[in-house]
Amino acid sequence: MNRPDLLVFNAKGIYCPIAQVYIDPWKPVNRAIITHGHSDHARFGHKHYLTHHSNIPIIRHRLGQINVEGVEWGEKFQINGVTFSLHPAGHILGSSQVRVEYNGEIWVFTGDYKTEPDGICTPYESVACHTLITECTFGIPAFKWKPQEKVFDEINLWWDKNKKDGKTSVLFAYTLGKAQRILKHVDSSIGPIYTHGAVENMTDVLRPQLALPSTTQITRETINKDLRGALVIAPPSAHGSPWMRKLVPYETGTCSGWMAFRGARARRATDRGFVLSDHCDWQGLLSSIRESGAERVICTHGYTDIFSRYLREIGYQASVENTQYAGEKEETETKESA
Amino acid sequence: MKDFANLIERLDTTTKTNQKVAALAEYFKEASEKDKLWTIAILSHRRPSRPVNTTLLREYAAELASIPLWLFEESYHIVGDLAESIALIVPNDQHDSKKELWEILEELIELKFKTEPEKKEYVQDRWMGLDYYSRFVFTKLITGGFRIGISQKLMTKALSQVSGIAEDELAYRLMGDWSPSSTSYEELLFGRNEQAYVSKPYPFYLAYALEDSLEQLGEVKDWSVEHKWDGIRGQVICRKGEVFIWTRGDELVTEKYPELATLKDFLPDGIVIDGELLAFTNGEIGLFSELQTRIGRKTLSKSILSKVPVIFKAYDLLEFQGKDYRKLPYLDRRKHLEKLIEETPHPALHISERFEFSSWDEVIAERELAREKRSEGLMLKRKASTYQVGRKKGDWWKWKIDPLTIDAVLTYAMRGHGRRTNLFTDYTFGLWQEKDNGSKELVTFAKAYSGLTDQEFAQVDAIIKQTTLERFGPVRSVEPTLVFELAFEGISYSSRHKSGIAVRFPRIVRWRKDKKIEDANTLEDLKALIPK
Ligand SMILES: [Zn+2]
Ligand SMILES: [Zn+2]
Repeated sequence: MNRPDLLVFNAKGIYCPIAQVYIDPWKPVNRAIITHGHSDHARFGHKHYLTHHSNIPIIRHRLGQINVEGVEWGEKFQINGVTFSLHPAGHILGSSQVRVEYNGEIWVFTGDYKTEPDGICTPYESVACHTLITECTFGIPAFKWKPQEKVFDEINLWWDKNKKDGKTSVLFAYTLGKAQRILKHVDSSIGPIYTHGAVENMTDVLRPQLALPSTTQITRETINKDLRGALVIAPPSAHGSPWMRKLVPYETGTCSGWMAFRGARARRATDRGFVLSDHCDWQGLLSSIRESGAERVICTHGYTDIFSRYLREIGYQASVENTQYAGEKEETETKESA
Repeated sequence: MKDFANLIERLDTTTKTNQKVAALAEYFKEASEKDKLWTIAILSHRRPSRPVNTTLLREYAAELASIPLWLFEESYHIVGDLAESIALIVPNDQHDSKKELWEILEELIELKFKTEPEKKEYVQDRWMGLDYYSRFVFTKLITGGFRIGISQKLMTKALSQVSGIAEDELAYRLMGDWSPSSTSYEELLFGRNEQAYVSKPYPFYLAYALEDSLEQLGEVKDWSVEHKWDGIRGQVICRKGEVFIWTRGDELVTEKYPELATLKDFLPDGIVIDGELLAFTNGEIGLFSELQTRIGRKTLSKSILSKVPVIFKAYDLLEFQGKDYRKLPYLDRRKHLEKLIEETPHPALHISERFEFSSWDEVIAERELAREKRSEGLMLKRKASTYQVGRKKGDWWKWKIDPLTIDAVLTYAMRGHGRRTNLFTDYTFGLWQEKDNGSKELVTFAKAYSGLTDQEFAQVDAIIKQTTLERFGPVRSVEPTLVFELAFEGISYSSRHKSGIAVRFPRIVRWRKDKKIEDANTLEDLKALIPK
């Protein structure tokens, strides 16, 4: 059975030659299917975008007045005889896997995904396929997530203690996804919640789709003493910036999968690290590959070399393709990506 | 064990020194005497000797996690710490978390004498039984290297708050030759154990690097100047007819320096001298790298002893005729010391020459001579200074010479650890060497990894990925395109290195984007830097 690949990796992105469509391209193209709103997946400059309905407000907010069409979960659409559909990826609100079918052959690109339901987005659904293209940001066995309730218990305890010490709790989290996940699950009875402007703007975009506690944006008029005992949610790039001066005295925390490592916690130089990720851990990756029934697996961003070698050892036909997706970045950065 | 693990977790979850000290003090208040004693021992590098080697630990861990050994090794390489990798990867059911810290440590002392299958059963059972932090701590107790951001100084501070004993006094009591099996908490802190006292060193006084200009130190006449020798800082103790040699790392190394054993016949009893252990080859001060060839050896052969003899260069006198001299002014201590060494000449006991200058310019001129005299620079000591405890500002300053630098070409790159695991941040560098036929090739001479900004690392990483020639596991050879300025502290000939040259503490100073690879230095340029 020597059929050409349904999806290929070229200089512009993941490409379906028969349909002449790209998925999450990193260079401008005519037609792009977008898995989710993070900036390394949804880029500027394509002529036509197609994505899940709930992602449209997000990419409009990020990319402006683009030409975009929305579809529903599982809704099949044809392009040049190739059948496409989007399925929940559980990564952030509106994040999809892309299923591609042609002549009975099925490929799935997971985009970014996680298997644990987060109470924010439609939970991940396994999609049967022959070939699975998967991310493996956390594709080594050292990553094993705790249930999110436990992490939020830790965050609530930390906030409560800081409040008792008369301090402001500053949590660094990505403006899209992590910030709303935190808002949804922290115990808002502990105290008021304030936001950095970037978090406030993105949260406003998502509010019509989510029930979230109210927040107050920190502005020039915000009074320092009102912030004592409050929780502040800010993007990682705010860490160490002059903006922080208003929040003194404060304790800082970072929410990221990388916080599983002591070294990463120490280097990040925040007071606390909370292990909270919107990507799969090791077991999550393995179980979703198993459930998909795929024989062939193509690994994109993350620990691709290691993960694909292990997959080959346990009997998969696994390979690596280089993409320009960033994974869950650990470094403080101005550009948001995950 | 659970309490100790909780302590480590608390220390881990704060970056603030005063919170760390508070956590430690709270722990000391609650812990049993036996656990306290062991905690002090562990935090002052007195853990039991390693009962199981790390190769076996890795095998046990991979087996228990049902993953191939290579996958465990790759993960370990990324995590960067063995105990942490095990705590993250191995599954657990937390069936026993009730053991006390001291019980576990006594088990580990016993474990050393068990058979291999017994070791495996014990270690795997403990791993299964403990939660994340307890496991991490348990494995650290086996492997050692407890880096938890608690220095001995902070530990002493916390213990001082709990015991009411002044910090400096406590620092002194905790030094020397003791272990939890030879003493109790009461005896260590409040009693006087004669046997331990005889060999007990004083806490070292350490200097900070000079920050300001010399003029800000005041009048040059208030200062005494000597060279900062490049060896191992130590104390020689002669008490009750015995000699003891301690290093600054609180390690008893008497056996390693037999040339100093006869000091007990030369020096009067009840004496402690602060100084530097130095290689002394061919009648002159040797390089640190030469001393290193002796440090690691279990047994010292006749040939190594004659090839690399060692001397002790005396800086200061801390005890004389059994009396603590540390509160005397530096100049007085030195006068006693100089007289003593003059009157009782011993071939391996040298005085570190002291200078007094009439202008700061003369001090600057003396520093210029450092490389020639084979020192690292100068020490400036206030003539009236007492001998203090630990690293203190004000009375003693070190003023090192600037490092040597060279422009080298990046030839190999390795993935970093932890958060930098997706970046290539550990580099190998080469210098040009002319071959017989006149063509030039790059010869590897040093590895270095620090000194670039995150942004530069990212740029270099991208170039490495684009110019990869070959992959060897986590290492890649790259097409030579990048030039970096490297700095290092010392340089010497070495038969162990491909280039024939060893450099000490190499590090990246800057990325020379302005230079082409042809502009990088040659091996000959590097050789020219070796002191004659
Ligand atoms: Zn991604
Ligand atoms: Zn993403």
